[in-house]
Amino acid sequence: MLKNTSESIPTCYHCGELCEDELIEFDDKPFCCNGCKMVYEILDENDLCNYYDLQNSPGINLKSRNYEEKFAYLENAEIEKKLLNFSSDNLNKIVFTIPSIHCSSCIWLLEHLDRLREGVLNSRVNFVRKEVALDYDPAQISLKAIVELLATVGYEPEINLQNASKTKSKKENRTLYLQIGVAGFAFGNIMMLSFPEYFGFEGLDDTVRTFITYINILLSLPVVFYSANGYFISAYKGLQQKYINIDVPITIGIIALFLRSLYEILSQSGPGYLDSLAGLLFFLLIGKWFQSRTYESLSFERDYKSYFPLAVARVLESGNEMVQITELKEGDVIEVRNQEIIPGDAELMSASASIDYSFVTGEAQAIQKKQGDYIYAGGRQVGSAIRLQIKKAVSQSYLTQLWNNEAFGEENAYDSLIDKISKYFTIVVLLIALISAGYWYVVDSSHILNAFTAVLIVACPCALSLATPFTLGSAMTILGRHKLYLKHMNVLEKLWTINSIVFDKTGTLTKNEEAKIEFAGNDLSLIDKTLIASLVAHSTHPLSRAISNHLTASIEKLNNVLNFNEQEGKGLSGMVDDVSIKIGSAHFLGIDDTNQDIGSSKVYVKIGNDFKGYFSIQSSYRKGLKGLIARLQKTFSLSVLSGDNASELDNLTSFFGSQTDFVFNQKPEQKLAYISDLQSKESQVLMLGDGLNDAGALKRADVGIAVAEDVTAFTPACDAILYGKNLTSLDKYLRFAKQTKTVILISFGISFLYNFVGLSLAVSGQITPLFAAILMPLSSITVVAFATFAVRFMAYRLKLV
Amino acid sequence: MNVIIVLIIISVLVAGGFLAAFLWAVRSGQYDDTYSPSVRMLFEDKKAKSDKSNSKD
Repeated sequence: MLKNTSESIPTCYHCGELCEDELIEFDDKPFCCNGCKMVYEILDENDLCNYYDLQNSPGINLKSRNYEEKFAYLENAEIEKKLLNFSSDNLNKIVFTIPSIHCSSCIWLLEHLDRLREGVLNSRVNFVRKEVALDYDPAQISLKAIVELLATVGYEPEINLQNASKTKSKKENRTLYLQIGVAGFAFGNIMMLSFPEYFGFEGLDDTVRTFITYINILLSLPVVFYSANGYFISAYKGLQQKYINIDVPITIGIIALFLRSLYEILSQSGPGYLDSLAGLLFFLLIGKWFQSRTYESLSFERDYKSYFPLAVARVLESGNEMVQITELKEGDVIEVRNQEIIPGDAELMSASASIDYSFVTGEAQAIQKKQGDYIYAGGRQVGSAIRLQIKKAVSQSYLTQLWNNEAFGEENAYDSLIDKISKYFTIVVLLIALISAGYWYVVDSSHILNAFTAVLIVACPCALSLATPFTLGSAMTILGRHKLYLKHMNVLEKLWTINSIVFDKTGTLTKNEEAKIEFAGNDLSLIDKTLIASLVAHSTHPLSRAISNHLTASIEKLNNVLNFNEQEGKGLSGMVDDVSIKIGSAHFLGIDDTNQDIGSSKVYVKIGNDFKGYFSIQSSYRKGLKGLIARLQKTFSLSVLSGDNASELDNLTSFFGSQTDFVFNQKPEQKLAYISDLQSKESQVLMLGDGLNDAGALKRADVGIAVAEDVTAFTPACDAILYGKNLTSLDKYLRFAKQTKTVILISFGISFLYNFVGLSLAVSGQITPLFAAILMPLSSITVVAFATFAVRFMAYRLKLV
Repeated sequence: MNVIIVLIIISVLVAGGFLAAFLWAVRSGQYDDTYSPSVRMLFEDKKAKSDKSNSKD
């Protein structure tokens, strides 16, 4: 069942990962870490091991997670009130978003929480939205205890300010289902009642015939006034802004159909086209439904707020109190505990701190800070609790300012292909209608109204408006299977025009995992290690941090550094324990560098006057990157932006060659400016990035793709999310995206052909209800079938299915 | 009255009943999550006492 390539390493019974670092045997089962073992124990004690029967290794890996005190803010009554949907003395209702829900075992466990802890009354999972609706008794269990319980079994809920304001999208989706239901009902019944008419059945007497047509009117009323609502509103809004969207000709068609049918039926001159009307809306709404399907469980809109805690501990003379972060003022002293996020720009009051900026910069290693250092919001404290004095309120902090920067909020104006066409389409149709009316005015004036409305009816762009959603929708599904999740199908249209690609370096081209480090030279003593670790702890250079990380485990404490000096791109020097120490490039230390090899960096160490050797640090570039770059370079112009300094230039050049533009030391706003600059040179830019520091650039770019190792993890606001391991197939995805344009254009061709045939009959005033009832569904179905199959064929050719 | 008219009225009413059932199903949230009910019904439940109140919300 479990594919295990390396025979010797067992996979964890709980989470299914290889037990590489440690192996814990418990109950004859292998576990990869204590966290996983603990969850198993909890479930075992409560007779919940069914969890493991439903799916192999369903658990969520619990390595390096720490929940101590993390949820203390949930004790604040005001926050609790904001989160709860309903509360009374013995019943509280709450809905949690839990991104790690992924299989049937998850559903099973989460719906049996009542067995795990007294006080949980009922829990219900919505798998699609990754939500759990929970009822509990506040007298028996607190909200904090529930969240901690969820976190310990691996289902940490996402709680943030945005959750606190509830969403409405659920209702909108239901309305669409209702509209489709009503239209489908009317379509089927009207068509059935019109059968005698289609077959020219003569045996009906006039009362029955009249009765049927009146029933038809009755059935069509909810279609026109309820199901078609969205089109009327959209067309009206478009016209208000002096803009003709595709809904305008649709609306004209619907009104023409309805009024002409009413007139025919009431004047008893014919049976009307109500069947075509209901069918038209039924098909259109299905297209709309197809279009509205998105990855509901993924969030493409997350900003810094969703990452911040709701509250933080404020230190007062009388003790700590939890306050909402929006109420923090300049000068407040706060206490930030292990794993908590620093909510505002602040000055460090404790002796030292270790701040992990991974969610702002994408860099995994923590940075050391000393007392009095200025700390920007967004960092996460690792280690013991620290005290900070707030210097700027949350709304004024660097991170928030950055986010509220105008360019961040600015959506690129964008016309979809169908909108561009619909303008001309509408004008042409109206012209044809007027010309044919003019013609009949001269020839036979009794036909004027007939021909005029027939043109409007036949030209109603049903098939045309279905082509895009079905082509792009199927393409989106196929890309989703390759873990490229698009926010909306419009993103595909924007991909058509891309001609330059900008990569962020850290986390995008490189993996966030730790680099492999080896020391070559004499073995280092504990004292040497302490010296080196103390020195590199003061540098934020990625290589320094890699070394720091490598050494931390084997030393006891860090010593003070005097005369610390960092020469950018060269190395560090300083005095530790009265010993001078230099770390850096061969050139910096005055040694000859003999063998340079690509893909690894060397950091030389000199303690006192002794040359000790060097650290060889394997770069963590993604596998297959070189091939990808070579393939992309044929069609796109590439550039690389990096927040780091130029230390990686040599490695990057070996991947990209000299044609690529490399820009280093980029602050988030500079990345954004770089994109704007490219755009002003007529480039359509695709940006790939991962951290919050790329968020501006991702948004500014024509298409921004966030690269994530774990799709449910934090990703900045973007147009699409791509699973990191699949980055190397990016060229294929882009080629596929561009091919969908051809499919759409051919689909347009097919639907124009139908319109042309219909119109040529309509202008001569020969259109019959039966003909309309056949032509309209036929054209729609051909276009839908063609679009779906063509997309699958394209995907097949690119080996995507 | 012509019998066919009566039949038409009955058929439309029956169809209307199905429409009403569909509208009710959508409104009560049965289309919100199309995956978990398919799994949930396969769970072997040892105690079933809290299951009755589930369908309300």
